[in-house]
Amino acid sequence: MLKTFPKGGVHPKENKFSVGKPIESIDLPKQVNIPIAQHIGAPSESVVAKGDKVKVGQLIAKSTGFVSANIHSSVSGTVIKIDKILDTSGYKKTCVVIAVDGDEWMETIDKSSGINANTDISADDIRKKVAELGVVGLGGATFPTHVKLSVPPGKTCQHLVINAVECEPYLTADHQIMMEKAEEIMIGCKLIQKAIAAEKVLIGIENNKPDAIKHMTEVAKKFDNIEVQALKVMYPQGGEKQLIKSILNREVPSGGLPIDVGCVVQNVGTAFAVYEAVQKNKPLFERVVTVTGKSVKKPSNILARIGTPINLLIDAAGGLPEDTGKIVNGGPMMGKAVNTDTVPVTKGTSGVLIFPEESASRPEQYNCIRCGRCASVCPMGLEPFQLKNMSKVKMYEELQKERVLDCMECGSCVYTCPAGVPLLDYIRLGKANLNKILRSKKS
Amino acid sequence: MAINKLTVSMSPHDYGKDSVKKIMYGVVIAMIPALLVSVYYFGFDAIRVNLIAIAACVFFEWLFQKVFLKGKLTIVDGSAVVTGMLLAFNVPSSLPWWIIVIGALVAIGIGKMSFGGLGNNPFNPALVGRVFLLISFPVQMTSWPVTKVLNFAMTDAQTGATPLAIVKEGLNNGQTFSSIMDSMPYSYGEMFIGQMGGSLGEISAAALILGGLFLLFRKIITWHIPVSILGTVAIFTAILYGINPESYANPMFHLLTGGLLLGAIFMATDMVTSPMTPKGMLLYGFGIGVITVLIRVWGAYPEGVSFAILIMNAVVPLINNWAKPKRFGETIKK
Repeated sequence: MLKTFPKGGVHPKENKFSVGKPIESIDLPKQVNIPIAQHIGAPSESVVAKGDKVKVGQLIAKSTGFVSANIHSSVSGTVIKIDKILDTSGYKKTCVVIAVDGDEWMETIDKSSGINANTDISADDIRKKVAELGVVGLGGATFPTHVKLSVPPGKTCQHLVINAVECEPYLTADHQIMMEKAEEIMIGCKLIQKAIAAEKVLIGIENNKPDAIKHMTEVAKKFDNIEVQALKVMYPQGGEKQLIKSILNREVPSGGLPIDVGCVVQNVGTAFAVYEAVQKNKPLFERVVTVTGKSVKKPSNILARIGTPINLLIDAAGGLPEDTGKIVNGGPMMGKAVNTDTVPVTKGTSGVLIFPEESASRPEQYNCIRCGRCASVCPMGLEPFQLKNMSKVKMYEELQKERVLDCMECGSCVYTCPAGVPLLDYIRLGKANLNKILRSKKS
Repeated sequence: MAINKLTVSMSPHDYGKDSVKKIMYGVVIAMIPALLVSVYYFGFDAIRVNLIAIAACVFFEWLFQKVFLKGKLTIVDGSAVVTGMLLAFNVPSSLPWWIIVIGALVAIGIGKMSFGGLGNNPFNPALVGRVFLLISFPVQMTSWPVTKVLNFAMTDAQTGATPLAIVKEGLNNGQTFSSIMDSMPYSYGEMFIGQMGGSLGEISAAALILGGLFLLFRKIITWHIPVSILGTVAIFTAILYGINPESYANPMFHLLTGGLLLGAIFMATDMVTSPMTPKGMLLYGFGIGVITVLIRVWGAYPEGVSFAILIMNAVVPLINNWAKPKRFGETIKK
């Protein structure tokens, strides 16, 4: 029996069209728009001005607090302007707009292709490097990595759990990184392990990637205390709390963090980014993005510079299909639909997903028939139908009691609902309003 | 491709393939074996009752939606067809057409649409209609035509009592269960296949179980409610039978006769009127089983499945409140 989490979950069709496609670079864009808020936490502060010349990897926006991250230029060229530009969120956000000129990297970056396996560096220096070079979680939530690497006083961390589950359908970026950069990932894991003083590294991979499991297990043998764990294919296996439960059978308490059960969870792509930052001195200015969809001609895994408009990625994958009805930034279950194909790639862009017109809209809506399927698939053991009703009639106290804030918005309830009820829309609204009330109570 | 015509919506962007409509027509498919058996034993009358009930239910659903509820047309979702068929399954095949229409009016009008249509009704609509008819037209609702293989001749069929009524009357008259069974016109094998008096859809245990397996396979129902009901009835009646085998019927008899299987597989499992969680479903099934046996053994009616389900329908909100799913992260493991 493969390990999995005990309750709920769905298994959408996997549709991993771009599986096995080597990571490819695309031609540099003529212009990039780099948002200065790409992470969870305080937005960064721009440190360049119009007309400045920048190099690849040069700091262009500085972190403004502990939970914040530095942002570096992904190209060399001239800053044209600092302007509000539409990003994934659908709002206009401050971006540094750079006209590209050549590809001149900072001298500090080690561009050699060899693997630097020397991990003789102190935990403090690892944290400093990771913070300085702007590494954030690449799984999608973009939480600044150096924060997670700083174990709060009084807590200890036994396990570093590496999230290589990639449970979202369609996406293959993590899969491909594991196939191509396994050794670098392992070194990255060792570095993170050192920073948080964990005893053991556990890498969780969903069982639909047997080649990755085999390859990673092979490579892990060269390192101490790294173990690869195959997991049952079940969405949301890659949910942080589900992953810990699956691998270690520990339950993160409601409202708690993985560290409360002695774990830190990092995405496998983040481990690679940590490797590049610490060993190669390379800031996080590019990432692997899966560009895929049912009608996409050439589903691909593309190494894209941050700030590249996504239409250039789509062009590289064979162009925008005729029947396009929806473009999603991220996976089909948790990604965000965008209203234009010019939004920039950010640190959190794991995929660009193109839906044909016929599957772009929501299914037909009926009355709720109280089948209870939403509750049976909720991995957090919540009752989505109930939360939806409470949110609709503004029963915020009850919402809190029913633990609406435990909801991670995985979308399993909506996926499974035969009546097509927009449960999650209401739950999000309820969460947002409840959070607002809780914040105002605090202050 | 017009890039300015992109659909923007919140996640998720992928949806499962099941829909209310598919579920409803899945239930219809599951009822087909029982329908075929009823045609086999009751002939043209079975088709007549089904057609009238379905047509009347769909018509009243359309009428109430149009006149009172307004909004989207709901007759295409198939729920009225299911109600119509279930109503037909719960009445004798000889029932006059106008009584069926009244039953449909009560089922759809009072049982369903007055609460706001599909999903809002606390009680199973078909059972509301059935019980209304049983109380209002006791004679017509309890004249059970005797089964006759492929009887398409439209002659008036003979009527006879259901096995449950035979046993109830016999026991009330002081006969022993074994002597009643000796003179019973139906063997257990015939009861299993469906050759006995009763409502047109309830007679064949075999066909109902077949339909139930299909529902399980299609994941329209889970095992909890049917197993809980049947298990409770079996255990409860086994205890009574163990105490005194002469004044109580045996569990096998209780399981095969009356509307128990129809109720346990098709009526009690109605999503709208049953609890949401497995734990709640087990309690709900237990309640139905107990009340069914109480009515069958000590009540005035020989059969109590309909009443049992309706009574338990009423406490479903309480059960839902009690049987909450286990929250993730409730307990901290060391």
